[in-house]
Amino acid sequence: MPLRTSRARRARLSLLTAGTASFALLATACGGSGAGGSSSAPENFDYLSVTENTTVKTALTTMSKDACKAANDALPLKVETVPQASLDQKLQLLAGQDALPVQFAAGNAPALTQELAKSGKVADLEAKLKELGVLDQLEPAAVSTIKALYGGKLQVLPYEYNIEGIFYNKKVFADNGVKVPGTWAELVSAAAKLEAKGVQPFSASGQQGWPLTRLISGYLYRSLGPDALQKVADGKAKLTDPEYVKAAEEVAALGEKGYFGKGVGSIDYDTAMNQFLTGKAAMFYMGSWALANISDDEQNKIGAENTGFMPFPAVTGGKGSVDQYPSNVGLGITFASKSFDKKTGDWVSCIAKHYGSTALKDHGSISGFKVNTEVRDANAVTTQVRDTISASKQNVLWFEALFSTKATTVSQQNAAGLVSGSTSPEQFMQTVQDALAAQ
Amino acid sequence: MHRVLGDRRAIALLLGPALLVYSLIMLVPMVWSLGYSFTKGNTINGFTGNGVANFSRLLDDPAVHDALWFTLKYAVVVTAGQVAAGYLLALLYVFFLKRASALVRTLVFFPVVLPTVAVGLLFQKFFQVAPQTGPVNSLLNAVGIDSIDFFGSAGSAFWVLIAMDIWRSMGFYAVLLFAGLVDIPDEVLESARLDGATGLRLVRHIVLPLSLPVLMSSLIFSINGTLKVFDSIVALTNGGPGTGTTPLTLYMFQTSFTYSDYGYGSTIALLLTVVCLLVSLVVYRVSRRDLTEG
Repeated sequence: MPLRTSRARRARLSLLTAGTASFALLATACGGSGAGGSSSAPENFDYLSVTENTTVKTALTTMSKDACKAANDALPLKVETVPQASLDQKLQLLAGQDALPVQFAAGNAPALTQELAKSGKVADLEAKLKELGVLDQLEPAAVSTIKALYGGKLQVLPYEYNIEGIFYNKKVFADNGVKVPGTWAELVSAAAKLEAKGVQPFSASGQQGWPLTRLISGYLYRSLGPDALQKVADGKAKLTDPEYVKAAEEVAALGEKGYFGKGVGSIDYDTAMNQFLTGKAAMFYMGSWALANISDDEQNKIGAENTGFMPFPAVTGGKGSVDQYPSNVGLGITFASKSFDKKTGDWVSCIAKHYGSTALKDHGSISGFKVNTEVRDANAVTTQVRDTISASKQNVLWFEALFSTKATTVSQQNAAGLVSGSTSPEQFMQTVQDALAAQ
Repeated sequence: MHRVLGDRRAIALLLGPALLVYSLIMLVPMVWSLGYSFTKGNTINGFTGNGVANFSRLLDDPAVHDALWFTLKYAVVVTAGQVAAGYLLALLYVFFLKRASALVRTLVFFPVVLPTVAVGLLFQKFFQVAPQTGPVNSLLNAVGIDSIDFFGSAGSAFWVLIAMDIWRSMGFYAVLLFAGLVDIPDEVLESARLDGATGLRLVRHIVLPLSLPVLMSSLIFSINGTLKVFDSIVALTNGGPGTGTTPLTLYMFQTSFTYSDYGYGSTIALLLTVVCLLVSLVVYRVSRRDLTEG
């Protein structure tokens, strides 16, 4: 009897231990990451970025050892990255826990940043920069682009400043007797001429989708003027209106004639870039961030001297003009409101003063910060793009810039179908319009 | 032992931890998700009540109709294909290859242990048209047929998906059904043969009825797995072209986590749960009746 009780007791005891242990495990599991939302003074200059973007991360690390050493000693830089595809989800969770890092990539679409700002989680950068006396370190063109994107407010810093246009292979153009097209009609006939000579006219990533929808917005801005997509956002026009569908028809026609090559839906970003840089395609619609690849002799087999840059061509009789370049600030990067203290401020002023030249010198990346130390351009096309940026007076956005996250995804997912002919232009515009209306 | 199991406190202690863990990680989220389907909003701005708006939207949403139709179509075709291919393989093992089947069994089973993403990439390369012409298109070119952009239209992408999923899982069903077939007593087969039943007649009248229970289990496994398909589609087509190969699961995932519309995402999840429940009920009903009759 005593034996049995002791055994039973032992059994019960071990069961209890097991139970408590599993409870403890659950409790710690539920305890979360320990990011801790309560304290407002940050211990590190935490920066949440995306894995795909290495420029900002590397440039900031360089600066932390050099120009911004003092700021870094007071508040050490600490970079964390997530894949771009899971950024939005991560931000939502962090925002829900009130645990946003000091500096972070502000989401894949401006819509998310604006939502974060609306709930007071994003610092008012215009006021902060003015306070720090460094607002003049931002290029006015970059500021106006940011304001156009983020509902009139300066919600992100211009770590990148890009304009978009068509890069072309000068040698292929010359060999085939093609002149740089000034109008859409000339572009189409140039493409026809190249195709007839056996050269693939365009390379574009249908897997990404946006390089194709950019052509639609390019056409819209040239034909209907710079406010074409603002009108859609304001509900004053619909993508299904005939003058809007016309743009989709024009782009679909390029696809129908096979100008994008075979299987455009399976072409990813790197392949499209590679097709152009190895001379397999004559033209490539891209942003100026591609200058990093173009300046790299390892990647650019056609040579930077053979790479030209032209604005999106005019549409005859249209309201837009060719000097209105589509522009963007890359992945928006912003600051959390509650952790923006003096030490963060020191970092921000240092970034504003030194980022422009560091990024240009080390990475060939053009930012929206002033370049305070003279940097020599790597090649003529970089100079051309930089001159174009400083000379530009009015810029436009891109197709999905003012769309919700859902409409953005829907548009980019269906773009390949538009040029491969499985979706008609009307269907495409209808699908995107429906996604816009679903909000 | 009897004494321990007769004691209620002992039972409670034994069941408690498991039940607790199950409730916390299965039941609570399910009920929670049900609750979300009556809300709108996201984690940034908080959730507000939304009545039954999500449900009426579910009824009108053409994307849901397409996704539901795709899910059902996919589940039926893949289930039929998986189980039929598995059954044919099992028959091959038992009646044709006999003892020599071990090697073939292993080879056919091999894709089951490969990661889905790897298989997806393999098939992508296999059927691709650009940037390089894949083996399938090369073969077509060799016999004088033009390359086909398999992932360019929803129709052809669907069949590539079907081929991939059947190839990937038929080995599993073959082994499962093989176990059922070797259970059929040799005497029964012997006496049927003496009665003159051979080939197809033997399979139709003797083997099929005797292996029906395990065939039914395979069907239940398969239909439930295919209704919840996610990884193989994400790896192969990511729902494209457009939304041509988007099942309910992927649409739910995108709605909740890409468009951060958790309320509507939960409503789609509920629809999927109901579909799975209905299909399981039907299959159980059918299988039970057959078993009692047989």
